[in-house]
Amino acid sequence: MERGSKARKWAIDFGDGASSREVADPPGYSRGASSEIEDASAARQKEKVEASWKQQKAWEIAQAPFRNLFMMGFMMWMAGNTVHLFSIGITFSALWQPISALQGIGKVFEPYKDARTDVLMPKLLFIAMNLVALGMGLWKLNSLGLLPTHASDWVSSLPPPQMVEFSGGVLSS
Amino acid sequence: MLSSKGWDPCLETSFLHCRHQEYIGKVTHAVFQTASGKKRVIVATEKSVVASLNLRSGEIFWRQVLEESEPIDGLQVALGKYAVSLSRGGSLRSFHLPDGSLIWETSLYTSPSPAQLFLLPSDDLLVLKQGIVYVVSSADGRLLWTADLLDESRLAQTSLSFEGKNIYVAGFSGSSIALFRIDASTGAFTTLKTTEPLNPSSFVLSSGVFAALDTQGDIVTGLMEGEVVELQKTSLATLLDSPVSSAQLLPDKIPGGCVLSTDGGSIFVLGLDKKGVEVLQQIQGPAVVSNSIVLDGTFAQSFLQRVNSKEIRVRVLSGKEWIETAEETVEVDPNKGGVQKVFMNAYIKTDRSRGFRVLIVGQDHSLALLQQGKVVWSREEALASVVDTLTAELPLEKAGVSVAEVEHDLYEWLKGHVLRLKSTLMLATAEEQTALQALRLNNADKTKMTRDHNGFRKLIVVLTSSGKLFALHTGNGGIVWSRFIPELSTKGSLKLYPWRIPHKHVDENPVALVLGSSHDGTGFAAWVDMLTGSVQETLALPYSVKLALALPLVDSSERRLHLLIDDQNKAHLYPTSDESLSLFEKYMQNVYFYIADKGAGQIEGYNIKSQIDSGEEGGLVFLSQKIWSVLFPKDSETIAAITTRRADEMVHTQAKVLGNRDVWYKYLNKNMVFVATVTPQDSRVGAANPEETWLVAYLIDSVTGQILHRVSHAHAQGPVHAVFSENWVVYCYFNVRNHRHEMSVLEVYDKSADGKDVLQLMLGRYNASVPFSSFSPRNLEVKGQSYFFPSTVRTMSVTFTARGITGKQILVGTIGNQVIALDKRFLDPRRSADPTPMEREEGVIPLSEGLPVFPQSYLTHAARVEELRGIISVPARLESTCLVFAYGIDLFFTRTAPSRTYDSLTEDFSYALLLITIVVLVVAIAVSMVLSQRKELREKWK
Repeated sequence: MERGSKARKWAIDFGDGASSREVADPPGYSRGASSEIEDASAARQKEKVEASWKQQKAWEIAQAPFRNLFMMGFMMWMAGNTVHLFSIGITFSALWQPISALQGIGKVFEPYKDARTDVLMPKLLFIAMNLVALGMGLWKLNSLGLLPTHASDWVSSLPPPQMVEFSGGVLSS
Repeated sequence: MLSSKGWDPCLETSFLHCRHQEYIGKVTHAVFQTASGKKRVIVATEKSVVASLNLRSGEIFWRQVLEESEPIDGLQVALGKYAVSLSRGGSLRSFHLPDGSLIWETSLYTSPSPAQLFLLPSDDLLVLKQGIVYVVSSADGRLLWTADLLDESRLAQTSLSFEGKNIYVAGFSGSSIALFRIDASTGAFTTLKTTEPLNPSSFVLSSGVFAALDTQGDIVTGLMEGEVVELQKTSLATLLDSPVSSAQLLPDKIPGGCVLSTDGGSIFVLGLDKKGVEVLQQIQGPAVVSNSIVLDGTFAQSFLQRVNSKEIRVRVLSGKEWIETAEETVEVDPNKGGVQKVFMNAYIKTDRSRGFRVLIVGQDHSLALLQQGKVVWSREEALASVVDTLTAELPLEKAGVSVAEVEHDLYEWLKGHVLRLKSTLMLATAEEQTALQALRLNNADKTKMTRDHNGFRKLIVVLTSSGKLFALHTGNGGIVWSRFIPELSTKGSLKLYPWRIPHKHVDENPVALVLGSSHDGTGFAAWVDMLTGSVQETLALPYSVKLALALPLVDSSERRLHLLIDDQNKAHLYPTSDESLSLFEKYMQNVYFYIADKGAGQIEGYNIKSQIDSGEEGGLVFLSQKIWSVLFPKDSETIAAITTRRADEMVHTQAKVLGNRDVWYKYLNKNMVFVATVTPQDSRVGAANPEETWLVAYLIDSVTGQILHRVSHAHAQGPVHAVFSENWVVYCYFNVRNHRHEMSVLEVYDKSADGKDVLQLMLGRYNASVPFSSFSPRNLEVKGQSYFFPSTVRTMSVTFTARGITGKQILVGTIGNQVIALDKRFLDPRRSADPTPMEREEGVIPLSEGLPVFPQSYLTHAARVEELRGIISVPARLESTCLVFAYGIDLFFTRTAPSRTYDSLTEDFSYALLLITIVVLVVAIAVSMVLSQRKELREKWK
């Protein structure tokens, strides 16, 4: 898949005339005559392919968190609803992953960003997916009882009230 | 009947912090046993204890605690090997002298009337009870004969003497004197008549001679021979050569004579014989007379006189002529009050001369042995009758500590830890083990007179019924100071109040207020320094104190304002300063008090109305007015128990968070009172009909008189014991139908704050910590549940911790004189047969009908706190730990951690082992690092 970046040793690109440069041109062959037409069409072709490929890639990356969601969901279900090391670890990784992914959103889509590729929609999808993942993490956090959503979380250390009146007494027989 | 001897758990290493002290109480009877074997004195006490004490050291050889409701009327040593005690209910018990085991027991009668126990010359025992004579064989307790002298009618103030084969008995029958002569071997008796009717004020029988003082001031004597006793009259004035306005014949027996004390305080020894009466000796000034002892065929008796506050004079008179044979002046502790009883014993000194020793019982219940002009030993038996306690913080450690001290401490510390480490690694020898044991027990740190970091070192100030105060150090249970306040009457109630607990002025001493009654029945107050025991001030109050309120106000010198309510419900404010008056006037309309009257079956509530002119008495006096009363139906309910929350109880929070994250608000009303009433008891035994006995529990607001909650338990019967803490009450009673003891719990929650949503709370819209007033009604919910409890309860208490975060334990004093710590979670009204997972998570225990008592929950371990009367718990500074002091005849002190010691390492924690482990680990890491580097280098060279 990494065709653009990593050249293979034995790959010959026939689209480019450079590889056959050492071999002398056959007689009557004018390199310049055909190359102009071919070059133009090839370049157009190439750009088109690259653009569509980039677009496709961007969508692919945008959808990547979707697969993660299921895995995360399964892990969360496995971890149960009691607070212990395992469930806490899973929950925090479930929260951390989308947040870090959202932080690095620029970097993720940078390679595909150019004038002809529209990365806005993939970006939005990516954000949405990560937000869903974050939501799942928060839901898990809540179901573990670690979110202050109940009255008890706000009054648990409420000091006892001061007494206005004072009274004392005795039992006499 | 319980014997206490044997294994003392407090000496075991695992119970290092517990202390158990054994006492016997105020001695009423004593018999010396010095003839053979171990020298000992057998004593019987007011607390119904028969004990054998080491005559050389005063230590207890053995002791037997008998039924406290049956005081011991007599004690004798028979056949030289049995100590025989006579209890009020007619039980005659014989204990083996060397070990105190019960040899035989005879029940002569069942009526709880006083009786006397005598030892006949034949070594048999004679019991004289209101005109009935029982003679019992001392070998096996068999009843030999009885003689009913008056045919069931009563004989009061009896006197008895032996002469040869005859027993003579005299006593009041109605208002006249009745005289009897009984044959000692058969029990056949003759009623003797007197030549003229007698109406004496006091009389005495001695060696067959009868002597009486009649109302005209004459002494009448008569020889108990024949059918008719011929009486001779002698005028006291002529006999004593001085006019006497009133005199009394002392019941102390002198063979062939009697002792007469006059109102002038002088004591006369009179000789009685056929010829009449003569004065043998005269002792000027008040004196205490001992028993008489047989000495070379004649008799001896000692007289104790107080020379001054520090010295007492012991005078021994003996022989036929009652000449003074010995006189000693003994220096005694002036802090013991007067001498109340003397018991004398004679011994042969090493130089073959005769010596005397006397056992004296002081006004402060102390017991001391005087011999050869000095106090050989003394026992503080007042500690057997503790009535109230307070705790005092010790002073802070002074900054300047000498280097040598630190070095010594460090050395000791190191030594201790090395020993401990050795013991942990099982390298210690037996000697080292014992050294470690000793080190643990006598840790100098424990007995320091300064505050410690954990708050374990405190002074427990105890007030005893004798009017003596003691300060006990929690480290070793030793007496730091004692103070006898002779002005305090032992009859009225005695209470201790924290008068001044310095927080700001930490270098000043805390002061306690002792409140009791003086001998004329009015109130008496004394202010005592809790660290030194010095009495700062005493005050005889012109009124009797019904109730004392320690107000939640302190003045600028940190004295707490106290309000004493007298019998006319007038309130007297102390301290009587302008400052306290101005403080009180601001607070006055908020002060209420209630008086529960058991007899009238009602509770009345009062408030303070206005200040009144106190007239000549001075002081700040306020009028009160009745504002409410609660009347209980007299024929069906009598008040059995009243309990309130402790004023100084710390509560961490008012919210209780449930497993499902709901919150319940505890109803923390300090003025709530728990009142339990029971169906009046029919006095007949076994008359309780299970269908008709009820216990009604009330929760009453003592400010408004409002009954907040009422619940009744069918088939329940007293006595009721209750504890009240935070928002709950636990009380126990007897279930007549099930024949089991039950413990019930009531928890009160404030439901008026329910329904507030989270947003409001987040924004602080609901402020639950607004001051609480009883006049603003709350919507309460009371939850209750009952459980069976496997033991009979003597007393109940609850643990208190410094901040109230730690869970609670209920401390139950059982009939077996032990203290059980019962976790409050077992007394949770939310326990159900099948708790939800949420509740399980929260720690709600599945319901069971009985409360479990685990062997580990006995705080007293194997020790028994005889006649356990009270359990006091004091918070340590360490939040997890609570100090527990239990008192009865014995004293017991321990620590308890209701939720385990989560905030500290154990005292025995081996710091040395920890240090060594760390060092070893660090070394191992360094070594392995070097090794791995080398290995890596080698790998790279390959």
